[in-house]
Amino acid sequence: MTNLLVLQLLNGLQLGVLLFLIAAGLTLVFGIMDVVNLAHGVLYMVGGYLTASFAALTGSFWLGLGLMIPAAALIGLVLEYVVIRRLYERSHLDQVLATFGLVMIANETVKIIWGTAPIGVPMPELLDGSIPLMGPLKYPVYRLAIIAAGLAVAVGLYVMVNHTRLGMLLRAGATHRNIVAALGVPIGRLFAIVFMLGTVMACFAGGIVAPILSVDTGMGESVLILTFVVVVIGGIGSVKGAFFGAILVALVDTVGGVFGPIAMRAVLDPAAAGQAGRTLAPMLVYILMAAILFARPQGLFGARS
Amino acid sequence: MTAPRIHGRVVAALMLFAGFALLPLVAWLADDPFLVVIGARILAYGIAALALDLILGFGAMVSFGHAAYLGFGAYAVAILSRFGITDLGLHMAAAVVVSAGFALITGAISLRTRGVYFIMITLAFGQMVYFFFTSLSAFGGDDGTGLRQRSTLLGSSVLEHDLVFFYVTLAVLMALFWLAHRIVGSRFGRVLTGIRENPTRIEAIGFAPRRYQLTAFVISGCMTAIAGVLLANQAEFVSPAFISWHRSGELIFMVVLGGAGTLSGAIAGAVTMIVLEEWLEVFTEHWKLVFGIILVLMVLYSPRGITGIIERLMRGRS
Repeated sequence: MTNLLVLQLLNGLQLGVLLFLIAAGLTLVFGIMDVVNLAHGVLYMVGGYLTASFAALTGSFWLGLGLMIPAAALIGLVLEYVVIRRLYERSHLDQVLATFGLVMIANETVKIIWGTAPIGVPMPELLDGSIPLMGPLKYPVYRLAIIAAGLAVAVGLYVMVNHTRLGMLLRAGATHRNIVAALGVPIGRLFAIVFMLGTVMACFAGGIVAPILSVDTGMGESVLILTFVVVVIGGIGSVKGAFFGAILVALVDTVGGVFGPIAMRAVLDPAAAGQAGRTLAPMLVYILMAAILFARPQGLFGARS
Repeated sequence: MTAPRIHGRVVAALMLFAGFALLPLVAWLADDPFLVVIGARILAYGIAALALDLILGFGAMVSFGHAAYLGFGAYAVAILSRFGITDLGLHMAAAVVVSAGFALITGAISLRTRGVYFIMITLAFGQMVYFFFTSLSAFGGDDGTGLRQRSTLLGSSVLEHDLVFFYVTLAVLMALFWLAHRIVGSRFGRVLTGIRENPTRIEAIGFAPRRYQLTAFVISGCMTAIAGVLLANQAEFVSPAFISWHRSGELIFMVVLGGAGTLSGAIAGAVTMIVLEEWLEVFTEHWKLVFGIILVLMVLYSPRGITGIIERLMRGRS
């Protein structure tokens, strides 16, 4: 039982850092540019596909990941310049619709280029295998590496947001956008950098998850909604909120998914508990969100409501 | 909203209804009975778009989880039929009761938030319903389940005929349009529109905005559930695909495509979208790509949808 719990905690942590990588960009784009970007999950998928292709092309996962990052930055800049830039002054409804259109475009384009079959990415040899944790329990090195990479990005982002000039502008932009613009900061360039940064982080998440999940057309969909939940729970515009929200959502999702049915078996008879557990487990995250928003409509770390 | 606009709205709707009523004749002349099948689907989506327009267009509540109510309607048909209850009226009643309860609870929580938060939280509640029905293994889980028969009307199975089904759906759409039109024109509707324009002022006059918004939200959810009942009957199949967030997005697209806050525009949007979808499917299996491009271009260049284009043309002529 303890083994299972530790295993699920680690799995939850791994999902959590991935969600954070995606949610951090989304919350910055939300908070600073005031743009709802439904296409953010698609970027995660594109990152996976690009990594898979570059890795196959070069024969090395690391080269593939390395090549994907400048490509992702370019995609972010182009997307911002062609579509997102025109949405800043628009209503949220328009933003939702336009980025929903982008989701359709991206999903079909990916199907045309890569087909609908999932693409596997070979595990890099360096991180292949498992290490013993406690007793008979083993955990794959690669998953631990994902956790480490995610935490490293989180620390990097923390330092950047709190201790650099760019970070200062980001923080100021998230709460007092108009004043930042009035003080002569080239706000258009700042927005482009933020969007590019968000794109690179989402693509990076898609890239590092490729060896364990295999890349497919549905991968963006599955994380997008969870990411929204993370951003809403954490508070729009707060990177700190995105981090704690991501870990919380991921832990509830993975640990609750396994232990919910077990706990339920204690109260109900096994057959009913099985169905109830299967029904409730995927809904837990949304129930959590509803509860948090009921108490704090602006999210855990949100400044604006 | 001034009186002539309301008049124009009814005229536009009557023209649409007349067109629908003649559709089976066209299908007969063109010897293409499939037109009636698509027609019934358009009508059902028209009801859903109309319901969404009531809160999106008049109440400025962008619900991104309205597909959930389609799901309640669709699964009401599947679940009750499984237990031997096949009456259309009972299916609708069950769908409406469940939807009213769900809309009341989630609406009360969602309306504590505004703007982006409202969009996101309705989206998340929609997903919650999606996962709920995905987990119902007795009804096919992810894959859904076929219906053995359509709902019965007063004990007879006349709805099995596509033509009868088409006209029944049209009658429901017309009745609900009349209802929505009356709601919008009533005191309640005026308050709702007032909240959209300026909630603070409405509150200062002495109305409780959230109570009005919640009531509209519940009404809209119930109307969408009726659309779900009809859609399940039309397809003779239910699955969680009815509830995916893409479906919610498509409903919003229909409303905006036709011009939000016009009621008849929402129906026109449903017509345009389904026709476009069917038409594009003929040319390419990647019709969603074209669809997405149209969607982006529409938002960037004609945010008020077809209504906006028509109005611009009319203004150009006069």
